[in-house]
Amino acid sequence: MKLLIKGGRVVDPANDIDAIMDVMVEDGMIKAVEVNILDREGTIVDATGKIVCPGFIDMHVHLREPGYEYKEDIASGTRAAAVGGFTTVCCMPNTDPVIDSAAVAAFVRERAAKSGIVNVLPIGCISKQLAGKELSEMADLVSAGCVAVTDDGQPVSDASLMRNALEYAKMFDLPVLSHCEERSLTHDGQMHEGYYSTIYGLKGIPAAAEEIMIARDIILSELTGSHVHICHASTRGSMNLIRGAKARGANVSCEVTPHHLVLTDEMVGDYDTDTKVNPPLRSTEHLEALRDALLDGTVDCIATDHAPHHLESKDCEYDLAAFGISGLETAVAVIMHFLVDKGHLGWSEMVELFTIGPAEVLGIDKGTLDIDTVADITILDPLAIKTVNPSEFYSKGKNTPFKGMTLKGWPWMTIVKGKIVAQQGQLVNINTKDLI
Amino acid sequence: MKFEHKDLLGMKQLKREEIELILDTAVPMKDIINRDIKKVPALRGKALVTVFYENSTRTRTSFEIAGKYLSADTVNLAVSTSSVQKGESLRDTIKTIEVMGFDLIVVRHSMSGTPHYISRNTNMRVINAGDGTNEHPTQALLDMFSIKEKKGTLEGLKIAMVGDILHSRVARSNIYGLSQFGCEIRVVGPSTLIPPDIENLGVKSYFSLDQAIDGVDVINVLRIQKERQQRGLFPSLDEYANLYMLSPDKLRRAKDDVMVLHPGPMNRGVEISSALADSTMAVINQQVTNGVAVRMALLFLMMGGSRDEITY
Repeated sequence: MKLLIKGGRVVDPANDIDAIMDVMVEDGMIKAVEVNILDREGTIVDATGKIVCPGFIDMHVHLREPGYEYKEDIASGTRAAAVGGFTTVCCMPNTDPVIDSAAVAAFVRERAAKSGIVNVLPIGCISKQLAGKELSEMADLVSAGCVAVTDDGQPVSDASLMRNALEYAKMFDLPVLSHCEERSLTHDGQMHEGYYSTIYGLKGIPAAAEEIMIARDIILSELTGSHVHICHASTRGSMNLIRGAKARGANVSCEVTPHHLVLTDEMVGDYDTDTKVNPPLRSTEHLEALRDALLDGTVDCIATDHAPHHLESKDCEYDLAAFGISGLETAVAVIMHFLVDKGHLGWSEMVELFTIGPAEVLGIDKGTLDIDTVADITILDPLAIKTVNPSEFYSKGKNTPFKGMTLKGWPWMTIVKGKIVAQQGQLVNINTKDLI
Repeated sequence: MKFEHKDLLGMKQLKREEIELILDTAVPMKDIINRDIKKVPALRGKALVTVFYENSTRTRTSFEIAGKYLSADTVNLAVSTSSVQKGESLRDTIKTIEVMGFDLIVVRHSMSGTPHYISRNTNMRVINAGDGTNEHPTQALLDMFSIKEKKGTLEGLKIAMVGDILHSRVARSNIYGLSQFGCEIRVVGPSTLIPPDIENLGVKSYFSLDQAIDGVDVINVLRIQKERQQRGLFPSLDEYANLYMLSPDKLRRAKDDVMVLHPGPMNRGVEISSALADSTMAVINQQVTNGVAVRMALLFLMMGGSRDEITY
């Protein structure tokens, strides 16, 4: 089985490639990346005018299965990922039961093999039951394929537990992903604390609540030498802390989300609960600091924090609404439109943040177009223009503040293990029977 | 001139001319309240419902009687005995009310933005009677009416608001309204109860009561809630009273003809002394009467017609 992707602009930052080239895929593996490949056997994809990249990785996704299949499941979530341009997603462990044992991690992988259409890498819990008291059995989680540990959704409030988690995870080269939030400062908070929380009369969540815990985790990382990865960093102070830590050589990495890069707290004004997310949409100064940090290497990757919710959790009073944004199907388009098309970010930088960036954070062999590696490929159409319409989402979560926005630049084709799974927002050759 | 909005969600949405329209319309309405026969047929055949998810004495009663003076049918939904207690969603409650044929809903809710949510989900007109810590537009309108009635104008007045600004929807609505009339607005209270970036709204903030009321025409005293102390925002009601309680002897630096407002209910001896509350400087009872007049004006403009159509 051969697949030839012809005439596209190949952007593969790990191999320092940015040129018009062809990519030959054979039996699910990348066989050649060369100028003008003449082999005409098999399927030929005309990628003229498109951008051909290593498969995009989203290292922060809530697939909700098991336990919350009414919000999302592995079938629907991986379909959303595929049309969104992602070939690999890492799923967060705050399911029911939580992923704190090999049994649950194995279940997730089995379900992914059966009903998923992109690669699914589970992430295990830091603490048993996500209770923040005792360490989970990390060796067990690693044996079942977990690529990191986190208690995401809530912070590890106990500094001693976090220290032990970092020490222990080091044995397995396992990154510890930290949801940084000092809860005593965020209690009942609904939106970023600042001018707009004053105007809208909503309880504020100060930037300091995030920064305090990032400072703690950086200090603990430097104490233990272990790798701490900061989830969804969203403030200027966070960027300064991480930048400083990296300059000292600390083993610290971080991700930012598309929504924190392009939306601000002003948007909460009509109390649309789709704007409610944790960490909250920040003010312009923070947004600009995140954009600067994308360019100077402070930020390692972009991750969606895809948090699908059922309609009823969002169709209610603002204070009662669930936190979270359904991000898989808009993330790549949002970055292409707001950052690349508008000149804030180059193609190579963008691709790096979605490919080799997260791959290096996780220490996985993905995110490149290396010869003889698995052919996970994302192809972008920089000229495609489409309006975000949540009712067309494959995700069960329709909760997006990007609804109604017309974006320029969309994922064009998603190839997983050499097989085309999505093209122009539609699934290709996928049995939809699993979608219930 | 007509009131062009479907709803009144906050003072933020009102332009100066619209505020003036409401205040001007309230003048003849106040006459009706003082009549022997306090009823005009302006809103006959119209129906309004008050839905209060938070306790209220004056606001709810005020809307109810305002509607009745104008011959509208007014109903109060007692939330504590309604299906809300059985877990009915707000959306379903609102739909249920709507299909009974009500023209307008007056809602109070402990959560900011709830009237906006209701507005998106109903064809009824919506009046915000206080939402969380966001806005209380009819309180601001009645405060402005009371000030204008006594001072003759709103233009250029110096006005201080004292107390828990952080949690005060009354303060926010007053700021949005008064700032359109060139007023100098000052807020004063414990630093923990002053919201961030409040000065970006064009107000001056103070910690010292003395400085804040220096030369002011109007003082609006806000209610302090004991639960704020329990949340650690200030140490005790005693200390609060020592620093911020308004009493006649503390008013020396204000103008001689200073007027004192309070939205009620009062904590006598905490934010305002009894001597001041019962003095002629305070217009607390007039505020309540004016509240009925302003709400009559608003109901009339929203459900009846234009100001030019008042023929009685």
